[in-house]
Amino acid sequence: MTPEIKGFLILAIIKVVVVFTVLLVGVALLTLMERKLAGWMQNRPGPNRVGPFGILQPAADGIKNFIKEETRPVAANGTIFVLAPAMSFIPAVMLIAVIPLAAPMRVDFDWNLPLIGHAAYHGLMAMSVADLPMGFLFILAFSSLGVYGVALAGWSSNSKYSLLGGLRASAQMISYEVAMGLSLIPVLLLTGNVSFSEIIAKQQAGLWFIGPLFISFFVFLISGFAETNRLPFDLPEAESELVAGYHSEYSAMKFSLFMIGEYSHIVVIAAMVATLFFGGWDIPFTRWDEQGGVLQAIATFLAFFVKMFFWIFFVMWIRWTLPRFRYDQLMTLGWKVLLPLALGYIMVTAGAIQGLEAAGVTGVRNVAFALAGMNLVLGWLLFYVLDRGRVMRGVSRRAPLPVARTEGVG
Amino acid sequence: MAIGVKVMRRPEREVSYIRATLKGMALTFKHMFQPRVTMQYPEARSTEEWHIATRWRGTHRMMTDAEGRSKCVACGLCPQICPANCIKLVPGEDEAGNRYPLIYEIDEFRCVFCGYCQEVCPEEAIHVGVHYENAEYSRDRFVYDLERLSAQTHPVSTLWDPADPKGE
Repeated sequence: MTPEIKGFLILAIIKVVVVFTVLLVGVALLTLMERKLAGWMQNRPGPNRVGPFGILQPAADGIKNFIKEETRPVAANGTIFVLAPAMSFIPAVMLIAVIPLAAPMRVDFDWNLPLIGHAAYHGLMAMSVADLPMGFLFILAFSSLGVYGVALAGWSSNSKYSLLGGLRASAQMISYEVAMGLSLIPVLLLTGNVSFSEIIAKQQAGLWFIGPLFISFFVFLISGFAETNRLPFDLPEAESELVAGYHSEYSAMKFSLFMIGEYSHIVVIAAMVATLFFGGWDIPFTRWDEQGGVLQAIATFLAFFVKMFFWIFFVMWIRWTLPRFRYDQLMTLGWKVLLPLALGYIMVTAGAIQGLEAAGVTGVRNVAFALAGMNLVLGWLLFYVLDRGRVMRGVSRRAPLPVARTEGVG
Repeated sequence: MAIGVKVMRRPEREVSYIRATLKGMALTFKHMFQPRVTMQYPEARSTEEWHIATRWRGTHRMMTDAEGRSKCVACGLCPQICPANCIKLVPGEDEAGNRYPLIYEIDEFRCVFCGYCQEVCPEEAIHVGVHYENAEYSRDRFVYDLERLSAQTHPVSTLWDPADPKGE
């Protein structure tokens, strides 16, 4: 092995350990945050018994889940039953690997280490666990793998509630996967690349994509919610109908794995929204963050964290605001609204880019601003139409039932 | 006319999803900064806004006289009126002809906390109490004998006063 490969491996191992440790601890803290937010939004203090301000609550939950009894239904399909939590947990955790967490940092070392030998690294180090050239496709591929865990958990539990939950999860995730994937095509059209560093670089040069690709963002956000299986799209769990859906029969740490998977999914969706539409680690209105020093890496990580944290908060905020969708509404929204919207938007964006080129508008910045202007109009139009209920109809409009007056009956 | 049924006039057209969502989000956000209304129970048992009602009917208490004997004369009215049949009373009589309970037991599990025993008692001996923390480690601890009933110190219920129906 050359010293360069050794240096690269050392850095990679350090990044893996740091990122996944931070992610898993962060996920534990997110459960606390969720419960705290739920409390505050309902004028309660939230958990506050374990440790100061309840800060140790996740640890208590973790210990409880470790020492709880593992139960398994007699009729369950053993192997799959054990594998399913891991199958929903691992893809969710792996997604974070390709997201650039900070600006690339210049690393220079040339060490002679015991056991390892001569290790060296010179140049920019990408601040993601794996700076894959096709990072974007990796995300799309792996985020849909999570559905296997959920569907198989529902199937192998051999319980009707679990099965229904698993079925719903598959149907929902497949439906929204389509809209999600299509909503991201305009990002690729505008960037011309599938690597995250390119996408961020493009946003730094022009505008954050929230401007030029607003409708993409809108569709992506909604389908992202659906992908995480959370309210208002938590039909796979739907506790009032299905007990706890696909994880009804799970207990102890297996159940915990589903939870960790769900929260990792939230983190990833938030990170993706931040990366794809809010410039990733970019600090706006300055080029200082691209110089590659340690200070810049820290500052850009903070910028990324703030953006991501806002979207995590947003996910929780929505959860404690909106009630659950009805199943047909969910499917209507996915197939009849988001899918045509995403498809149409691809056409519009492609046409606009082509048109701008033909009209002689060049330069990343000019194109971005022109598209942002177009999106302002389109977004307003979309919201106008949605707001008037012309796209999704209430059940009262669909079927003109005879008016049944219940007043004074009996 | 039976129960008044409220008929909701749902909007037929111009149904808003975006505005409704934003409104809801504004509401939940606003609530995050409002004062918490939770009473931290084991530390705070009552607050300005909330305190246990004086009419509360909880676990029983036997009143005692100045010498520490129970006021009960074992007349048998309370087991007679008890709808849950949870009072066990064996009367006794001393040389002076004073009646007293040999055994007086209340099964708090069977009790429905109606308060009839207190209402019917001519000596104002047995009372239901303003008390609600009754955790025990075993079920038989919930059969209160005379000694235990007399040892209770919590305030007694004022019950419902027909002259003052709202308790003011």
